[in-house]
Amino acid sequence: MNQLSISLSLLLQGTPARLLSLGSVDLLVIIIYFGIVLGIGFYLKRFTKTGKDFFMAGREMTAWIAGLSFVAANLGSLELMGWAAASYQYGILAAHWYWIGAIPAMLFLGIVMMPFYYICKTHSVPGYLQLRYGESSRALSAVSFGLMTVLMSGINMYSMALVMKVVLGWDIHFSIWVSSLTVAVYVTLGGLLSAIFNEVLQFFLIWLGALLIPIIGLIESGGWDGMVARIQRNFPGADYTHLWRTMGSFTDNPMGIHWTGIVFGLGFVISFGYWTTDFLVVQRVLSAKDLRSAKLAPVIGAAFKMCVPFIVILPGLLGLAVLPFHLVGEGQAVATGGHSYNEVLPLMLARYCGPGLLGLGITALMAGFMSGMAGNVSAFATVWTYDIYRPLSKNASDEHYVKVGRWCTLLGVLVSIGTAYLVMQFLSIMDYVQALFSFFIAPLLGTVLLGMLWKRATPAGGFWGLLTGTASSIAMWAWVKLDHSALRYIALSTDAKDMAENMYRALWSWIVCVAVTVVVSLASRPKADSELEGLVYGLTKVPSEGHLPLYKRSIFWAGVVFAVFVVLNLIFW
Amino acid sequence: MTVPSKHFLSIWFFIGVLLLVYGFLVLGAAIYGLSHPPEMQVVLSEQMQHVVSRAGLWWGGLLIIMGGIYTYFNWPKREKS
Repeated sequence: MNQLSISLSLLLQGTPARLLSLGSVDLLVIIIYFGIVLGIGFYLKRFTKTGKDFFMAGREMTAWIAGLSFVAANLGSLELMGWAAASYQYGILAAHWYWIGAIPAMLFLGIVMMPFYYICKTHSVPGYLQLRYGESSRALSAVSFGLMTVLMSGINMYSMALVMKVVLGWDIHFSIWVSSLTVAVYVTLGGLLSAIFNEVLQFFLIWLGALLIPIIGLIESGGWDGMVARIQRNFPGADYTHLWRTMGSFTDNPMGIHWTGIVFGLGFVISFGYWTTDFLVVQRVLSAKDLRSAKLAPVIGAAFKMCVPFIVILPGLLGLAVLPFHLVGEGQAVATGGHSYNEVLPLMLARYCGPGLLGLGITALMAGFMSGMAGNVSAFATVWTYDIYRPLSKNASDEHYVKVGRWCTLLGVLVSIGTAYLVMQFLSIMDYVQALFSFFIAPLLGTVLLGMLWKRATPAGGFWGLLTGTASSIAMWAWVKLDHSALRYIALSTDAKDMAENMYRALWSWIVCVAVTVVVSLASRPKADSELEGLVYGLTKVPSEGHLPLYKRSIFWAGVVFAVFVVLNLIFW
Repeated sequence: MTVPSKHFLSIWFFIGVLLLVYGFLVLGAAIYGLSHPPEMQVVLSEQMQHVVSRAGLWWGGLLIIMGGIYTYFNWPKREKS
């Protein structure tokens, strides 16, 4: 869910030389990393014989593995670099994307939605739509998800290659081909099982590679209070360390966002849309070995997600405190030869990491990219095989679908590489594809939520709600592109910045989707109750956890995580 | 954190081995750096230079301990015939 549109081409133009130099130990750390992820792929191939093994990781992952994989699939390298840059630029406001923009939705997925996804034994989110609404809704969401996922993967690949060029001076083509082929090999061989194994491994590497920066940074700054004092000295009058105080008006904070946009747009529609209906992340939880593990996995994921600002947001804030020069926007960096916001994480790596540790830090960035890409291609392969290919070829054997899944994985990687080269030629594509991706998330949330919670929702209502919600999102985006003053209607203020516009557009398109679904459903014939068992609230028997001791219940841990989330918001209010 | 499967090696075992290897590499590089200090890429105070130069020792040690624990407790067991 990277909301940042990073003008990496400008970053490339503006950087006269590479930022970091790797020694032989650092290179050895990176080579060993590539060796072990490939080794895991070759090792797990023998355990992925059936479709259930390849597409669902055998459905035998523990809550811990599914939960860590759930978070790791979201932690792309751009996520690390981009949000560290955002925190330098906007301060702690960037943490909203990790807390209110993630935690409530992840807990909601675990406690409320997971039972329906899990009990109906679906293999994908489009698969759930097929069971609940029928083929037309499945086809619409599967095609849009498959295409957008693989295009986004290509954009991330190109961005990662540019980062490696800027940070290490590596050739762009080398970075694209080596990293993507590595992902292609281990996901093609071991399917989701291999992707999940590597994601858990990569999760550890990301933390161990990035954790030293905030630790040493806090030592240099003299703790949190020392850091705040230094920031105030370096940037007099600016408030970089409060989450909510500056949210009363669009003009009081550098993001140009009002609290209603953060709470309802980000905290509800965008966050719930992404974390509860984007198959890229939901697929990880569907691999859990039983319902209790499936409910606990997002709760475990939420607990770790809540800690990610420590390695992403804090380095950006520390950059504000300790760097002897001010970072600037890319345009200014190009003009002046200075450093841009996007370079804050590599600059902090260079500041604190010696030989070996630097290799570990770079490996963390690569692990982030590869876990994100593996998530994209494994989800792509599942959706294209089960939701697009299988309806056209219904009587094939399970072995045949596994073979198709492996080919789809390779195809997904090749299309991603093609997209990366296309973006290299036509940079504006990057903005359009990111916008396209956002068009589908909010309406899909409306369709899935009504499907799960309202038994009166009909197949016609679901399909037309999804279609009109998506169309309205595209129309609002085009309206603002053609007439900027339309922002006053879409985002409630002409002062709203891009992020605010995205949030309000998501909110409106969700409302359109829900309204159309309700109206069309009330005017069309509902499905019989017997057809909705296991799919809808009130008609699904969800096993009770009442017989378990309190500390083993998912609802208890969800409560603990939510309480910590509230306390964090109060501390940094 | 229990092992997820009855038939393949635990992911925690792979993580343990990798952390152990990385721990020795980072610790080795840090010990070598004490006698052959690397060229600093940025200017830091003397106190911070001391912290940064010793970070590899602590971090390498931590990785070895974590990797050792994970490897030991998840070492593949031989199945009884």
